[in-house]
Amino acid sequence: MTTKNEHIVLKTENLSIGYTLKKEKKVIASNINLELQKGKLIGLVGANGIGKSTLLRTLTNVQKPLEGVVYLNSKSVEYYQPVELAKQMSLVLTEPIASKNLSVFELIALGRQPYTNWVGNLTEEDIRIINQAILLTNIDDLKSKKCFELSDGQLQKVMIALALAQDTDLIVLDEPTTHLDMYHKAYILKLLQKLTKETKKTILFSSHEIDLAIQLCDMMIVMTKNQVISNQPCKLISEGVFNNLFPQDLIVFDEETGSFRVNK
Amino acid sequence: MVLFFFLNISLGSVSIPISETFKSLFGSIENESWQYIIQNYRLPKAFTAILVGSGLGISGLLMQTLFRNPLAGPFVLGISSGASLGVALIILGSGFLGGIFTTILVSKWSVVIAASLGSFLVLLAVLAVSSKVRDTMAILIIGLMFGSITAAIISVLSYFSSAEKLQQYIFWGFGSLGNLSWTELFIFFLVYSIGLVLSILSIKGLNTLLLGENYAKSLGLNLKQSRFIIIIATSLLAGTVTAFAGPIAFIGLAIPHLTRQLFHTSNHKILLPAVFLFGAILMLICDSIAQLPNSDYTLPINAINSLVGAPVVVWLLVRKRRMIF
Repeated sequence: MTTKNEHIVLKTENLSIGYTLKKEKKVIASNINLELQKGKLIGLVGANGIGKSTLLRTLTNVQKPLEGVVYLNSKSVEYYQPVELAKQMSLVLTEPIASKNLSVFELIALGRQPYTNWVGNLTEEDIRIINQAILLTNIDDLKSKKCFELSDGQLQKVMIALALAQDTDLIVLDEPTTHLDMYHKAYILKLLQKLTKETKKTILFSSHEIDLAIQLCDMMIVMTKNQVISNQPCKLISEGVFNNLFPQDLIVFDEETGSFRVNK
Repeated sequence: MVLFFFLNISLGSVSIPISETFKSLFGSIENESWQYIIQNYRLPKAFTAILVGSGLGISGLLMQTLFRNPLAGPFVLGISSGASLGVALIILGSGFLGGIFTTILVSKWSVVIAASLGSFLVLLAVLAVSSKVRDTMAILIIGLMFGSITAAIISVLSYFSSAEKLQQYIFWGFGSLGNLSWTELFIFFLVYSIGLVLSILSIKGLNTLLLGENYAKSLGLNLKQSRFIIIIATSLLAGTVTAFAGPIAFIGLAIPHLTRQLFHTSNHKILLPAVFLFGAILMLICDSIAQLPNSDYTLPINAINSLVGAPVVVWLLVRKRRMIF
């Protein structure tokens, strides 16, 4: 039991997510039991408005669960101090960064904030980790550029480097492929897959690129109206989970190719 | 800064040669009235200029970063409007009380106390309301709304006031660096130092806030605590400046922009000391000009600030064609 637990980075127990409006609970999804293993790439998919963001916000302790507990490395996320949590879990959000006047290096260096002293000075060790994050994401040529000079695809790579510099067991990305062209969507997800293999970090991302996720992920979490299921992509296909992902009137899932097709 | 400090001291309505100024600073000179002017008038004024310029510059920088808004300044939290209200009540309101009260009330200290009390109360109101809202932008709006309310009250007060009282109030609104005794300067410096230390402690948090609040949170920043410290630092800095020198406009808004354009960075480790220097220097220059060397007139410092500073900022923005923020 203990040996198995060491490989589990994030775990939820009977998690119920949603929000409280005027003392009335609005449940979005309940009875969620997930186990995210070390070094795996996990994709979270589901239709618009199904609650992917709410789930991610709950897992990352931005919002409180209605019921149940989220364990990060066997400790409830609610009991973490902000700085301690930042050392275990990093986030890449959909919102743009506020000031784009930072250079790429300065931005990635901010990932070391949980570790630096009161004025934020970088040690040699910090700089080594920053440079490694730059190397892993292939952005050495962007290092001295300012963020406003970057394309959306480049900026996304820089944000992933920021998360890497934070040196956490778990990286959570909220829709990292939005605004990107087809090539860069595949590029970013492939990069995430490479990172899980090379750094043994666990990476969880939400996405609408279901066919890409099926090809690249070790595990997928599928959110539908009635349930939240997680398993390996091939098993999810054989169970027919993707067929129920969307209303059937317009697109259908083709099990052989692992992608969606428009009804003609 | 040292250079402008001496320049500022050596210029004034009474012409004193620069060499004599130096002598009087580091020893004594025969001309006793010159000695007196420098020791008790020009030296405190130059120190005040440094504190005012740097204090307002830094609090402007803090507010612009906290609200991620280039239009924010040290007075968005209602500090200046609160001080104005306090002073307006004392000066304009004293007309209604009439007679003996007037002379007692409108002394130097009562204006300082009224300004501090006014800004403190309005600030408290803004903080109390804003602790209920989660969005930092909402604090900005709340501050502006409180500003409108106080401005309205002042309008009503001035409508019922005599021309003489009104003039007195307007003169306070011009801002003034002079007339501070060494004791007043000492109290000013004490409060200012606390604000400055808090600002320096916030450097790391400010840099993290450049990414936006949600990212700052995910990087382990204690958002509520940092926000609180930044707001307190601003209140102390801008609050004392306003209490002792009146509502000095422009510096707080412009100096951070000026510094960002010149240094090409948003890193607060560089910006904070640079803003301190530029704020102090610009204030010293403006004060030297406002004195109209060798004449008997002293122009309102607020007018000079904008006349000198605004073209510089416009020129920098046009030349770089891009605002750094």
